[in-house]
Amino acid sequence: MIASIIFYIASGILLLSAAMVVTSRNPVHSVLFLILAFINAAVLFLLAGAEFLAMVLAIVYIGAVAVLFLFVVMMLDVNFAALREGYQRYAPVGALVGFVLFAELALVVMNFVIAPGAAVLRLSPAPGDVTNTVALGELIYTRYILLFQLSGMVLLVAMIGAIVLTHRDRKKSLRPDVARQQARQVADTLTMVRAEFGAGVKLVSPPATPQAEEISQ
Amino acid sequence: MTIGLAQYLTVAALLLVIGIFGIFMNRKNIIVIMMSIELILLAANLNFIAFSAALHDMVGQVFAMFVLTVAAAEAAIGLAIVVVYFRNRGSIEVEDVTVMKG
Repeated sequence: MIASIIFYIASGILLLSAAMVVTSRNPVHSVLFLILAFINAAVLFLLAGAEFLAMVLAIVYIGAVAVLFLFVVMMLDVNFAALREGYQRYAPVGALVGFVLFAELALVVMNFVIAPGAAVLRLSPAPGDVTNTVALGELIYTRYILLFQLSGMVLLVAMIGAIVLTHRDRKKSLRPDVARQQARQVADTLTMVRAEFGAGVKLVSPPATPQAEEISQ
Repeated sequence: MTIGLAQYLTVAALLLVIGIFGIFMNRKNIIVIMMSIELILLAANLNFIAFSAALHDMVGQVFAMFVLTVAAAEAAIGLAIVVVYFRNRGSIEVEDVTVMKG
């Protein structure tokens, strides 16, 4: 009874906040509603008995992905009002497509039956005597170890790709370049002027070194 | 009224529809489009979890974990591309992305 009340509350908040994600004016509000949606989805996962995935959703999605979105939204100085042009124009098409899709899915949900032999075909039945995390761990570290490692590789490639894409070399640093310092000649920087007595000197500026150019920029 | 498979599937279907509606509504804002994609993947995960619980089969949860992994990687790469694009062009409007004449 309590579980079903929690289910309806969590799913209601989940759907409302998902609707706010796609309709709110300010993208920062969108991200905050996305976090709320993830929290309520984690509650639904808990109710379905997937405790480990609920915690992964809370940590990885709320702690990493949503915060990443928040960083990008706040970092980019975008005129978000201009991005909302044509909002009204696209709404009817979106509503039509959404309605058709939901009608089809509702037909499926109302009419589907689980095949009578499905219970026999289960690949790895859930063990009843251990917790969800133990059961999941016993699967992904044994039978699905290759897929587990491959998903780790996917994350590694994504991390390297994101770093390579966004990394910028800063050329303005004042770090000394030892090779260039060693290769410097006196003639590059110093001009000896024999001054006539009482006539003054005509100053000749020494040829500028590349390093000095960079710093002065 | 007990909570069964049908309730979970209905919530997931509504979430998927909201995500697709969001892609149509925010045709210009690539960041909100990516958030809608996250919602769609969440709906898929909800289906996996619901079937896993209903059939007492752990494979659904294993697969949901892989979906989470791919979604996180996609968000990281996609946002990196958005940042680089904004740095080069000063705009993230989807309709401005015409360099490759796609």
